[in-house]
Amino acid sequence: MSQYILRRLLIAIPSLLGISVVLFVVLALAPGDPFSELATNPNVPPEVQAALRAKFGLDDPIHLRYLHWLNAMLHGDWGFSFVSRMDVDKLILQRLPATLYVIGSAQILALLIAIPVGVYAATRPYSLFDQIANTLAFVGFSLPTFFTGILFILIFSVTLDWLPFVYTTDIKATGVRWVLEMIRQAIMPVAVLGLFQAASMTRFVRSAMLDVIRLDYVTTARAKGLGQAKVIVKHVMRNAMIPVVTLIALQMPAVFGGAIVTEQIFRIPGIGSLLISSILSNDTPVVMAVTFVFACLVVLFNLIADVLYGWLDPRISFR
Amino acid sequence: MLDKELRSMIGQVKDGRMDRRAFIKHMAAVGLTAPLANQILALGGVAMAESASTYKPTKRGGGGALKLLWWQGPTLLNPHFATGTKDQDGSRLFYEPLGCWDPDGNMKLVLASEIPSIQNGLLAADGKSVTWKLKPGVKWHDGKPFSADDVVFTWQYAKDPATAAITVGVYRDIVVEKIDDLTVKITFPKPTPFWADAFVGAGAGQILPKHLFADFIGSKSREAPTNLAPVGTGPYKFVEFKPGDLIRGVINPDYHMPNRPYFDTLEMKGGGDAVSAARAVIQTGEYDFGWNIQVEDDVLLRLEKGGKGKTVYAVGGDTEFIALNFTDPNVEVDGERSSMKTKHPLFSDPVVRKALSLLVDRESVKKAIYGRAGRTTANFLNGPEKFVSKNTSWEFNIEKAAKMLDDGGWKPGADGIREKDGKKLKLVYQTSINGPRQKTQAIIKQACQKAGIDVELKSVVASVFFSSDVANPDTYPKFYADLEMFQIPLSQPDPSQHMRRYVSTAVATKENKWQGTNFPRWVNKDYDAVINAADMEMDPVKRAALYIKANDLMWEDTVFIPVMHRLKVEAAANNLRPVISGWANETDNLFDWYREE
Repeated sequence: MSQYILRRLLIAIPSLLGISVVLFVVLALAPGDPFSELATNPNVPPEVQAALRAKFGLDDPIHLRYLHWLNAMLHGDWGFSFVSRMDVDKLILQRLPATLYVIGSAQILALLIAIPVGVYAATRPYSLFDQIANTLAFVGFSLPTFFTGILFILIFSVTLDWLPFVYTTDIKATGVRWVLEMIRQAIMPVAVLGLFQAASMTRFVRSAMLDVIRLDYVTTARAKGLGQAKVIVKHVMRNAMIPVVTLIALQMPAVFGGAIVTEQIFRIPGIGSLLISSILSNDTPVVMAVTFVFACLVVLFNLIADVLYGWLDPRISFR
Repeated sequence: MLDKELRSMIGQVKDGRMDRRAFIKHMAAVGLTAPLANQILALGGVAMAESASTYKPTKRGGGGALKLLWWQGPTLLNPHFATGTKDQDGSRLFYEPLGCWDPDGNMKLVLASEIPSIQNGLLAADGKSVTWKLKPGVKWHDGKPFSADDVVFTWQYAKDPATAAITVGVYRDIVVEKIDDLTVKITFPKPTPFWADAFVGAGAGQILPKHLFADFIGSKSREAPTNLAPVGTGPYKFVEFKPGDLIRGVINPDYHMPNRPYFDTLEMKGGGDAVSAARAVIQTGEYDFGWNIQVEDDVLLRLEKGGKGKTVYAVGGDTEFIALNFTDPNVEVDGERSSMKTKHPLFSDPVVRKALSLLVDRESVKKAIYGRAGRTTANFLNGPEKFVSKNTSWEFNIEKAAKMLDDGGWKPGADGIREKDGKKLKLVYQTSINGPRQKTQAIIKQACQKAGIDVELKSVVASVFFSSDVANPDTYPKFYADLEMFQIPLSQPDPSQHMRRYVSTAVATKENKWQGTNFPRWVNKDYDAVINAADMEMDPVKRAALYIKANDLMWEDTVFIPVMHRLKVEAAANNLRPVISGWANETDNLFDWYREE
């Protein structure tokens, strides 16, 4: 088993290196440069623009820039943002709490809805409940979050005036009121994102349950006279949850990566909005860092999933 | 012409026969009312007055919180690194210049105690130096006194190429010396009619504290802790900064202006988009002020119905224009398209350029897109008023354009597209991706079609279009198209920098890596002469006439087809009294903002 984990870890290193090369080259070849706004600024003479580019190493050949980046990264230096002239790691750490809070809550909401609804629908396939759940799920994942987001804003902020639609990290309250305000301002983004993910997850849970529920050992369990609830929870759900757990594990990086569209709509200062604004301003060090962290998380959670499989089915680790 | 009239009026003001206000009114009557009216007077020998303030509160503080919404949040707080106005806006909350511009373009004193003029002896008659008197008793937020040393230091800091300041162009060629603790003298290398550039306004004028930045000059500039936590002299003290997201400030109890500021705390939130910013201010009232609301007027009118806020406008000199390419974008010479060795095959016929100008329906563009935020215009230079030509007028007339082309020998071919000598009137018209711009393109394309001109529309992502990326063919300085539309902001109430861009020595070519500012690649000896003369002209009346001449030369040659004189649009809560100037940043006059109870 430990050999298996070691093997997987060793494979992860070259894949991360490969990913970083691809990301770096793509970013270097992408059009636009971080000093584009200077082009229309009459106060900046062309030679100053050139000096700035040289200072930030933008004119070096790609391979030199990559080696420089890799070396700095290995020493824990994430580089600094051209736009903020601030260290990238500080910038990311500043954005992380909002992302974890909102996207994490949305993920939990999605699970709380998807698992009971999916399980219940699978036990009564084609019943009225199943059909309603199915229809809602279809509607749910057909509607993009930018549409539902604006719809929610129009209903709950503009018409009813119940909820704020600008997320702020600066709530002027303490204690219980602070907690309540934090919850209040997160309701809409969490609902928009959570419902969207719940919709697709419900479908997944339902089909995973249906796959198992028809198996012979379930019929045997029923024939032994076990109650319906016991059969579903102890025999069906435990087995049906294995692919669901995999799906959730692989979605974990998204919790850290933020939700670009939702963060933009509700002005949540998260990683997603950092990524989009950095892309728009051609702030390559930030884009590089955020996408690379994201890649690391994907690789890490894949690794965890692999290890979990090995634990669930030892045959896998010997292959 | 107006020259004589103006001169006699300046004489009257000097003799006390006419008061300043009457002078400005008269200037308005003859179409010369000027954000720079006072500067005219100063140079004509009459002191520039400080503009009257509309500020009403009678005590400092007590105004509660001021919540500002910038849909592009500031990303850094050192004004000399500020790549965009959003960053200048953010740092201007804390740092201050010697003076700034009010809504009429008059100078407003901030850290200076007197406006330089020839009368008070602070302005040299030859235009080669200006002396500034500083306000006594001003303190930095950390309690240290503000003095001439800080002003001189800011110059040293910004002019050092290793500092990599964005404002280096303003400070590089001047010399700043300390006369005493409260006096500094700026010496210019040549007569400088517009002397209020260094240390004035939010763009380059903000002054840094020497005691906190002295160790971080030159190549160490990025390491200064104060880059992210400013210590200024402004009305609000710095509390917290999260790049792109949030800036917080609290009232400065020792602020140097009486009864100011009004608000106790300040919050600037960033992110999102212009429409939802307008909604948060105008419709739901979650915020007090929304910056730069570039939204179609229909949407704003709808939001304003029964809302908690309104739109606020400021007149500046921004012009949305279509530039014509004077070189051939489709032929490559020595690896360069739009090379100076070529002539545009269609536009070398002035009839085609003139006809195109007749096909731009500015009135429809205004009605359908800009609404209250635009004014139709025939001029490239639309402000300050005294520099605006009255000799031009625009017309939208498809029949006239068609007749002109007919007479010029451009006859419709079998496909309905006009041609002459085997050259078809087919044009590529590019602009950046931006709702109003694409709509304007569509309106113009339609009119061109009716006149037998085929226009292919092209839109380029703004981050590429406005970049100086040498490798990309779609940037505006490369201009690999026949027509291109955008605007170049007129960032100060003086046109010298703005108009100097189009002299023939500034043509953008492969040789200068397309860093030249003359992107239409228009060469006109008369224009060069006029601009060079204006640069040295100390007589404000003659100087204004020169810039009007420059604008008219552009109009005669149809270098630009001006589409719209654009105003600044902001959103404000109904009870907020913001002071917004078309010649300044939104936060420049923040010390004068208050709320009507």
